[in-house]
Amino acid sequence: MIAPPKPDLVTVNVDGKEIAVPKGTNVIEAARLVGVDVPYYCYHPKLSVVGNCRMCLIEMGMPAVDPATKAPIMDPATGKQKINWIPRPQIGCATNAAPGLHIRTNTPQIKDCREGVMEFLLVNHPLDCPICDQAGECKLQEQSTAYGRGYSRYIEQKNVKPKRTQLGPRVTLDDERCILCSRCIRFCKEVARDDVLGFVDRGSYSTLTCYPGKALANNYSLNTVDICPVGALTSTDFRFKMRVWFLKQTDSIDTESSAGAHTIVWSREGVIYRITPRRNDGVNDTWMADSGRELYKAVRAGDRLAAPRVDGAVATVDAGLRTAADVLKAAPGAVAIVGSGRSSVEEQFVTRKLAEALQAPVSLVSRIGQGDGLLVSADRNPNVRGALVTGLIQALPGPQLTALAAAIDAGRVKAVVSVGEDLIAAGLTPAQLAKVAVVYVGTHENATSTGAKVVLPSLTVFEKSGTFVNQQFRLQRFLKCVPGPAGATDDLALLSRLVAAVGGAPVPGELHALWALLAAEVAGLAPVTFARLPDTGLLLDPTPFAGLPFAEGAGLHYQPAAAVAATA
Amino acid sequence: MATPVIVERKPLTFAERTYVPQILAGLKTTWQHLVKPKETLEYPEQRPAIPPGYRGVPTLVKDPHGREKCVSCQLCEFVCPPKAIRITPGEIPPGAPTRHVEKAPKEFEIDMLRCIYCGMCQEVCPEEAIFLQNQYSMTGYTREEMVNNKVRLYELGGTLPDQHLKWDKKKDAEVHGNDRH
Repeated sequence: MIAPPKPDLVTVNVDGKEIAVPKGTNVIEAARLVGVDVPYYCYHPKLSVVGNCRMCLIEMGMPAVDPATKAPIMDPATGKQKINWIPRPQIGCATNAAPGLHIRTNTPQIKDCREGVMEFLLVNHPLDCPICDQAGECKLQEQSTAYGRGYSRYIEQKNVKPKRTQLGPRVTLDDERCILCSRCIRFCKEVARDDVLGFVDRGSYSTLTCYPGKALANNYSLNTVDICPVGALTSTDFRFKMRVWFLKQTDSIDTESSAGAHTIVWSREGVIYRITPRRNDGVNDTWMADSGRELYKAVRAGDRLAAPRVDGAVATVDAGLRTAADVLKAAPGAVAIVGSGRSSVEEQFVTRKLAEALQAPVSLVSRIGQGDGLLVSADRNPNVRGALVTGLIQALPGPQLTALAAAIDAGRVKAVVSVGEDLIAAGLTPAQLAKVAVVYVGTHENATSTGAKVVLPSLTVFEKSGTFVNQQFRLQRFLKCVPGPAGATDDLALLSRLVAAVGGAPVPGELHALWALLAAEVAGLAPVTFARLPDTGLLLDPTPFAGLPFAEGAGLHYQPAAAVAATA
Repeated sequence: MATPVIVERKPLTFAERTYVPQILAGLKTTWQHLVKPKETLEYPEQRPAIPPGYRGVPTLVKDPHGREKCVSCQLCEFVCPPKAIRITPGEIPPGAPTRHVEKAPKEFEIDMLRCIYCGMCQEVCPEEAIFLQNQYSMTGYTREEMVNNKVRLYELGGTLPDQHLKWDKKKDAEVHGNDRH
């Protein structure tokens, strides 16, 4: 990867416009800053530079100096220092900003170069845009409108290459569309560290392929699909499902672990079709794990809770809430709450209010797995730190709900409120669960919801807005992508109405009103409002929780506190 | 208030008072129409000749080898001003004779209650698969009947000649392979 440039600024001149950029900045990035578009295929801001597509050709010059005296040579016509232009074009991606560097991207020579490169790239391209999934977000399509010829001078037969190759379980390769930019190869080598892709054969027969006996099966393989500038690498899941120009993009957060990769959810008419990463240089760069891209399938899963239930019979939300309040008030001092590390910050805050109203102890279900050192961290709950920040819990959750199990066995707990958590999976036995009345607020059917006294269906992360706090203590916003199903109610509304029903102080069930209360009551969130939260998230102060033994190991843009302390 | 204006009327002449010239002038028009060639058709027994370029009911067509030409690129769905078209894209399964085309519509619906016969779908189609042909009369008793599904669209469309047969050429190239290697 490119080393971060040192902060000393140099002035470069792009098409006559001066701009100060950090020394060593890529010319493509410098040009972007002054609003000049340099077209490219192989360059990627988060990968090494190879310069093999030749699309970013620019004219480059340096201020002239006398070789002997190093005195500037002035141009008498303009009165400024003369510029020595290199007679042949250079590639922009491999040119770094140096003091006095001059760039021209709008000369006839550069236009000729781009048109020539474009024509050669299209020589063997199948032009099957009508069936190609990349159509609509294809760099080749975009740039052929600016630099393409509109017709082909090539009368020979186009090369035949393998089509519909399964590179791995999730990626399909069409070699005829490949323009040999090698982004996918560099990604596998440099980021995923699973070096399985490469080119074979020579010249126009060059073909992208997997090493024999290997497969592109790592958990980051779908990033190659994202960075493929053409339609060569396509997602097997999304293949032929929907054209991208129909899809609405909504900013969201990957909920599979506390790494909290920023994502874009692509939906049409209330149906989610795919999830792709959203660039955030402080969290996930431009990557995300494949496992997080499949989470949308839970939205339309068959075991989704469809209607509120009381004692197994379908009821209204009002009746459910009334029964739930009766159940909880009938067991004063014997109620326990199982919160969730998958709830949003706002829901966790309202859960805390519910616990305070009921004088109930709160436990959280822990989900510790194996971190992969990149974007899947060891803690598979996306928002345990949110529970700490909002004060729902004071210590990290234990591996099993042992305290709750003991309390049930001792008869000290008669009723349990579960916020989307399956208590059997979290360590309770069916016998223990049968002893208590369960109020279940969640999205999917599980062993707890089937036996629950009251079931209140709620929304998945794709159907509501809110915030999570990731492993860096970064408060990140996710937005509602699709409407929830009939019968499900927003978690915040359910929980706030439950608080009111059990006799607690009223809590707003609406996000923006709740944030006013959150900012007032939670110390760490004082300066925040939901509407003004930056898209890249907001780093909270982690010092109040510095002593806690968090499970996460080192990942992308994350060092555990212990490792940071050791190196400091 | 406006003052009333009294219009002076010319008194009628004797001929005008008999009404005979007016009746004869009216009968002249009637007689002219009686002897002129007929402008109307005995619809539905007689049907009009459809001029070339007529924009009738949109249909899907097959190529001369019987391959459905639509590849469900959904450009017509995108361009359709009244949003009458609804396509469910699908993959052509392995082993099918047109597998090399890879993509075909699983379902293709045109709501003829919405269609405004503008012809933009035909104009935008990159595969020359959708044509507004000669049929101009769509009737039905229910709303469902007025939605043409894929089967009905191919029935209406039939087969049209194809000058390019680009997918056949592509298949030939795939079978033939590269010239030298």
